[in-house]
Amino acid sequence: MTQLLVEELPQRAKKRRKVSPFTYVFLSIFTFISIFPLYWLFVVASNSNEEIAKIPPSVVPGSRFLVQLRALYEAVPFNWALFNTIAIGVVIALSQVFFSALAGFALAKMKFKGKKSFMIFIISTMMLPSQLGVIVLYLIMANYLNWVDDFKALVVPALVTAFGVFWMRQTIDTQIPNEILEAAKLDGAPIFRIFRSIVFPVIKPSAFVLGLFSFLYTWNDYLFPSLVLNSPKRFTVQIAIRQLNGSYTQDYALIMCGAFMATLPLLILFVFVGKRLVSGVMDGAVKG
Amino acid sequence: MPNRKAAGIHAHDKWGFLYITPFFTIFLLFGLLPILFTVYLAFFHWELLSDSNYYVGFQNFSELLKDPYFWIAVRNTFSIFFLSFIPQTLIALALAVVLANPHLKFATFWRTMLLIPWITSVLAVGIVFSQLFGREFGMINVAMQYIGLPHVDWVGGTVPSQMAIATMINWRWIGYNALIYLAAILAIPKELNESAEIDGASKWQIFIYVTIPQLRNTLTFMLVVGTIGGLQTFLEPLIYGGATGGDSRQFSTLTLYLFEQAFINGRFGYAAAIGIAITIIVIIISFINFIGTRKIAGEEGKK
Repeated sequence: MTQLLVEELPQRAKKRRKVSPFTYVFLSIFTFISIFPLYWLFVVASNSNEEIAKIPPSVVPGSRFLVQLRALYEAVPFNWALFNTIAIGVVIALSQVFFSALAGFALAKMKFKGKKSFMIFIISTMMLPSQLGVIVLYLIMANYLNWVDDFKALVVPALVTAFGVFWMRQTIDTQIPNEILEAAKLDGAPIFRIFRSIVFPVIKPSAFVLGLFSFLYTWNDYLFPSLVLNSPKRFTVQIAIRQLNGSYTQDYALIMCGAFMATLPLLILFVFVGKRLVSGVMDGAVKG
Repeated sequence: MPNRKAAGIHAHDKWGFLYITPFFTIFLLFGLLPILFTVYLAFFHWELLSDSNYYVGFQNFSELLKDPYFWIAVRNTFSIFFLSFIPQTLIALALAVVLANPHLKFATFWRTMLLIPWITSVLAVGIVFSQLFGREFGMINVAMQYIGLPHVDWVGGTVPSQMAIATMINWRWIGYNALIYLAAILAIPKELNESAEIDGASKWQIFIYVTIPQLRNTLTFMLVVGTIGGLQTFLEPLIYGGATGGDSRQFSTLTLYLFEQAFINGRFGYAAAIGIAITIIVIIISFINFIGTRKIAGEEGKK
């Protein structure tokens, strides 16, 4: 009798809980790891360099953040950088969404010659390392278009990408039933109106995620902007931050303050769109 | 266009070209043309500010094959790739399995937190980890000393410095990869797990014999994407140790070497040859992957 009870108890408990406490420990550790470097940015940015260099170093935020922030604004025109990056990012995101959705609509729902080979072509170019073209892209900007130190050099090549087109094609292919389009066609609706008032409302969530992806990508892009932007007023946030890597001494507090300020706007954005980004990443996995 | 009405339903189809034209134009000019021109460039002695650019045939390639810095970069690129891809995949899979538990509390919270590193720029990641791995006052050495571990030169040593760079890559990508694997796991038909459970399989057995085979496509996809990304590792080593990738090139990578030759030394033709080499490696690896998966798929098909 007693033995039976003893055997049954743990099993019942297991059924009720099902998630072991170890799971939560594991997830908490990785959540901590995810946040710690960002916390550390703030710790170093708000302490003096001496505070960080002493042993053991300070592991809590200090009181010098505003001092570093002033130094940051003295070293680089950070507001310009913020403004430039947001402006470029928004323009690219909007244009990506619009042109990708257009092309994706055509590739998913229209019939025309060479469509299949075009799709294969897009997918295979997505497999090529993107930095392969960077040398020539720079040559084009410097020698032929004269777009050095011009935002056009960043915006125009990014107006629409193979990734965006592929993303929208998959979305439209799976989310828009052919019957709706047929019905609209029979009613004599012009194609662009079908696109605007039937297709686009349905794919809006997915288009929003694509816009977010390209905004984040633009915000964080370093290599090409660093090659084509020269004058401080044209810097994007990443390029501005890189200037802090002093030619004289490494002022870690200042550099980390810059890195923190370059990340903070994205963290604020993430508070509002984090959930949608998560589902966007997960949808993308199934799309591929 | 004038006979749009007459064409009726099929008007649709003619518009297709128009809809893909913006993409096609941008792509031709700034995607395809640069790639084709890179191939052309690789056969030239080409410097940015010089007018005397001339055809050299395969000279850039033969020089590249004899260039010890190139081979160091090849070795480093692959060792950094393995140091990052393997732990990244294992941890991401573990996180995905845990996150897939339908009884998990605060599921959205955990998923969201894990994606934070991915939105952080590589530059910021490089800056903070350079400080953490710093030779003298780096937090990691201080912490290791505290628990009695020996002092490690995370910058000078080849393996430690590459581990530091792999850590930056892993930190940024583990959560993202976990979400990809999570999506794939959630797409596995529930009946598979249930019937395995009824047959008395343990959780570990279910993972090995049900989950992993079902994830085969996702894993292959991630391997291909991971290789392409790995071959482009560039900014982490640049921030960590400059364009040479450390004083003795201990963490110089292929793409960093391309950058160094093109934009520090101004040797565009030679850099283009490095770019071609990177692409050839990508194609070979993708091809091996493709053959490998076909073989596995074929064997399973025979059953």
